[in-house]
Amino acid sequence: MWFFNSPEIVFGEESLSYVERLEGKRAFIVTDAVVSKLGHAARVQAALQAAGLEVAVFDGVEPDPSIETARAGAARMAEFQPDWIVGLGGGSALDAAKAMWVLYERPDMDPEGINPMERLNLRSKARFLAIPTTSGTGSEATWAMVLTNVGERRKLGLGNREAMPDMAILDPSFAMSMPPRVTADTGMDALTHAIEGFTCQWHNDFSDGLCLKAAQLVFEFLPRAYQNGADVEARSKMHNAATIAGLGFGNAMASLAHGMGHSLGGVLHVPHGRGVSLFLPYTIEFCARGEPGCTRYGDMAHFLNLPCTTEPEAAAKLAAAVRQLQLALDQPRTIAACGIARADFERELDLLVSNAGNDNQTVTCTRIPDDNEMRRLFEYAYEGKSIDF
Amino acid sequence: MAHKFPSDAWIKALMEDLNKSAAYAEAAKTWEGDFYFVVEPGGTLDKTVLLYMDLWHGNCRNAFEVADESAKTPVFRMSAPVAIWKKVLTKKLDPIQGLVTGQLKLKGNMAMVMKSVKAAKELVESCTRIETEFPV
Repeated sequence: MWFFNSPEIVFGEESLSYVERLEGKRAFIVTDAVVSKLGHAARVQAALQAAGLEVAVFDGVEPDPSIETARAGAARMAEFQPDWIVGLGGGSALDAAKAMWVLYERPDMDPEGINPMERLNLRSKARFLAIPTTSGTGSEATWAMVLTNVGERRKLGLGNREAMPDMAILDPSFAMSMPPRVTADTGMDALTHAIEGFTCQWHNDFSDGLCLKAAQLVFEFLPRAYQNGADVEARSKMHNAATIAGLGFGNAMASLAHGMGHSLGGVLHVPHGRGVSLFLPYTIEFCARGEPGCTRYGDMAHFLNLPCTTEPEAAAKLAAAVRQLQLALDQPRTIAACGIARADFERELDLLVSNAGNDNQTVTCTRIPDDNEMRRLFEYAYEGKSIDF
Repeated sequence: MAHKFPSDAWIKALMEDLNKSAAYAEAAKTWEGDFYFVVEPGGTLDKTVLLYMDLWHGNCRNAFEVADESAKTPVFRMSAPVAIWKKVLTKKLDPIQGLVTGQLKLKGNMAMVMKSVKAAKELVESCTRIETEFPV
């Protein structure tokens, strides 16, 4: 038994205008200071007001949002009593908005205990609209949320199927203002979702096609969006690709690159998309050396027109294609290239290994590394060595 | 020798295997919490069986079948029909997917569980090493 969940998705140019058809009384926008400064929050606020809603804005979400931020936003919601929550921004803003929504509806909950096993009874107070301003997180189309426990320096992968947004608006105009580095980081996040959603243990018939299509779109359009941010077609395709990848991995799972990326982000503060995609070629190589018959890189390589005849060759071609794309996007391909000094890396290695091992995305990998293998994976990724174990 | 599931002998065999597992010891080194594993009837099993495990810092301190649920007040209670337990223990159902879909039901401190997926995985790995005779 498994599920397929999706929000209603409104996509394409001018899709923000659909907001004017919303019915409700009060909307609470959750975003960050940068998105607010760019004028995106004001645009959404105006559209909501045109629909006759009273609007409040919380723009205090930080990168890698903390449990404390989620609690603070939920407290503001409790004062304002919205019947619509609007998550506006990248993954941090959308994830924080989801967590605030859960805590607004269920103030009795420990945010660290938001889990997929319990019935939450969301929507007794509000529904959720997601408007991504980056093209990568996929959070607008998943029921997952990542919060950071600052004290433990650990990212927590949380979620509940009820926390799937009711609606996602994919208006590419929001993505046009992304600087190249953010375009690359978030776009590579989408690629990691697509490849890991297709190759994790929880892949399924409903998610497979979405993951393949998303990967194809990213390989084709991300270099264009990076080179020319004003390329409307590339921006639109990448905005769609991110949500399609979100639907793909969100209805399957991510995998080892996400487990390692979460750990790196929580401990050494590498941005999410940069971190997870950095590890992707290494984890492809690692999984390909696992038990024969467990991986499906060949299917993905064929769909992407990467010529290959065997599964190991397919994995090597796919890893090489990811590295080539990283190169084209000027992305760091090693932990060292992220600006992490050797001494800092070695000091934190035990925590990196422990957190990655306990990440709930790691355990859906087709080859789950033990502590020693995880340590070597981090060491190889620090130096940029291809995996040979 | 195959152990009948669910039974006192089976849970004791699991305790023995867990306490030999370096992987479990490492993965569960911070875990503090005891369990009831509740096996609901099916096949030739005509009554609910309660198995108790006291798990502490990568070690299983005690494990036995319990006749009366009030005998212990464990931190966690995981329940499912015996047919679902069989799927988990024979690796036909991922336990986390089983929990997400409600086929396995878990009560207890969810924040603690969400941070300990590796320990849970190693616990199931240990279960699969026990030669088991199922009633379904």
